[in-house]
Amino acid sequence: MAGKTIFDKIWDAHVVEQIEDGPSVVYIDQHLIHEVTSPQAFAGLDARGLKVFRTNRTVATPDHNVPTIDQDKPIRDELSRFQVDKLTENCQKHGVTLYGLNHPYQGIVHVVGPQLGITQPGMTIVCGDSHTSTHGAFGSVAFGIGTSEVEMVLATQCLMQSKAKRMRITVDGELGEGVGAKDIILYIISKITASGGTGYFVEYAGSAFRNLTMEGRMTVCNMSIEMGARGGLIAPDDTTFEYIRGREFAPKGADFDAAVAKWRELYTDADAVFDAELHFDAADIEPMITYGTNPGMGIKITANVPALSEIEESNRTSFAKSLDYMGLVPGERLLGKTVDYVFVGSCTNGRIEDLRAVAEFVKGKQKADNITAWIVPGSKQVEKQAQEEGLVAIFEAAGFQLRQPGCSACLGMNEDKIPKGKYAVSTSNRNFEGRQGPGARTMLASPITAAAVAVTGKIVDPRDL
Amino acid sequence: MAREKFHLVHSSAVPVHIENVDTDQIIPARFLKATTRDGFGENLFRDWRYDSNNQPIADFVLNNPRYSGDILVSGKNFGCGSSREHAAWAITDYGFKVVVSSFFADIFKNNALNNGLLPVQVSDEFLAHIFSAIELDHQTTFTVNLETQTFTIDATGASFNFEINSYKKECMLNGYDDIDYLLNMKDKIAKFEQSRA
Repeated sequence: MAGKTIFDKIWDAHVVEQIEDGPSVVYIDQHLIHEVTSPQAFAGLDARGLKVFRTNRTVATPDHNVPTIDQDKPIRDELSRFQVDKLTENCQKHGVTLYGLNHPYQGIVHVVGPQLGITQPGMTIVCGDSHTSTHGAFGSVAFGIGTSEVEMVLATQCLMQSKAKRMRITVDGELGEGVGAKDIILYIISKITASGGTGYFVEYAGSAFRNLTMEGRMTVCNMSIEMGARGGLIAPDDTTFEYIRGREFAPKGADFDAAVAKWRELYTDADAVFDAELHFDAADIEPMITYGTNPGMGIKITANVPALSEIEESNRTSFAKSLDYMGLVPGERLLGKTVDYVFVGSCTNGRIEDLRAVAEFVKGKQKADNITAWIVPGSKQVEKQAQEEGLVAIFEAAGFQLRQPGCSACLGMNEDKIPKGKYAVSTSNRNFEGRQGPGARTMLASPITAAAVAVTGKIVDPRDL
Repeated sequence: MAREKFHLVHSSAVPVHIENVDTDQIIPARFLKATTRDGFGENLFRDWRYDSNNQPIADFVLNNPRYSGDILVSGKNFGCGSSREHAAWAITDYGFKVVVSSFFADIFKNNALNNGLLPVQVSDEFLAHIFSAIELDHQTTFTVNLETQTFTIDATGASFNFEINSYKKECMLNGYDDIDYLLNMKDKIAKFEQSRA
């Protein structure tokens, strides 16, 4: 019998029941909820007269729909306020832990889980948000679910899911100067397209991922969904264990050592078989940027937008529609193009290391006059750390606007929207039409590239500065 | 709670001839502030359907009275992006019962099935036949038979056998939902928890 992948090991250990020619009933160790995708689930519980089945396995925080200024005052937008209040009300009613607005642990749910040590190797983790794949960085099986599924987990701590196929993406070699985790994942998605991972659960393997910090690994796993994958994970190692050690909800003392011993068994057996295997060379990866309206439409920042002849005939209509939306023409060079907004934040790149990278780059410099630059920390803890480390002072001196934690302009649910027709270089995860506001033109890039753009006011190769 | 059972659908179709339709297009984030499941149909494809002054954009298919029906047909990789179930709610609230594409994003497919919306995956080639049939006659009809797992272009009789796992098929045909199933096995779940402790 062939060996097991790490995904198999975790999945199989959580199957409560296998339905014949149907889905598996999978036990969920950790459920994360937020204000946008949970109210209808709680309403469903109420309609059935049910309580939350395991309150100690659910944690809530508002993030998608919170303002990023004046968080200490009542939320001005009535619908937003009602939705955030509803989360508080539901959590109180059902006894679910809530890190509400102004709580020192509040923040983007995928930043909060890891930083508190809630996210641990070997777990199954779900949330009504597609970027739940972020937690796979710890060697957990983590994926996004819909609201009906949120209701199922609240009611029974289980989900009915068909097991995904297995894909391994191996990237070996050394990354070049100025190239980071975001560039790796944008590169992979540009190679396999925005649907290339659909139906699969991805394991990232190879030295390029091994050498990343935990925060870099989170950036990679976060965007697994952008290639359509159900989730993505990285086998845990010493980097993982050291990150978890000492965090609030991590096991302590002898329990921690026992946990680590168990976590060390979470690896893919040498003779395990994947349904798909892909290999890339880290040396081929350069700073990346997207030019189109899905995350698969990415290129090296030094490259030109593809010419029509480079696009498959069946994709040309969508390609043309996309470029029309972006105000670009086939074959156009992006370097030197004027940009209006820079957004640093989101569950992809709103962590302390991201803020440090930007601060290091902009220290002693000024943002360009044509740029509005927003920095939105991923959580209250990140915000506090940025203050303590002096990053906030650097951002303020450079003319950046530091806002309060939340999803912010990543999805433009609150007031933080990019105006119609304006170009934004964003460290977030999606460049869909209207994602950052109706008519907004998003270009995805790494925090370092975003910092370089903020300083020069135009698209620039960060290695040239 | 029992849902409406899925019956045979016999209807004309509405073609959204675009690939990679993401859930931000189906229902933009700014309309996700509601705390109930109702009313999302109004904002289905909002930014393709209405301009910035809230005026209907004439050449978008939902604003074209020539097209109507219970079936939405779209290009490959439909429903990619966000996990928002509001996308499935918007499509069903608008009145669609079936969505056809040559490829669906995983989370959207689950969300659709959990809301009694049948995702029918056909081949690229068959999808092209469907689009051509609609182009030729915008009121041409199709028959979706879940029992036999067939999608038929009535005018030509051409038929495609689509896949659905037998558990989900039973759920759709009988109006069962997953929560009922899970609630009935709570004891087994509690035993599972004890076995791991």
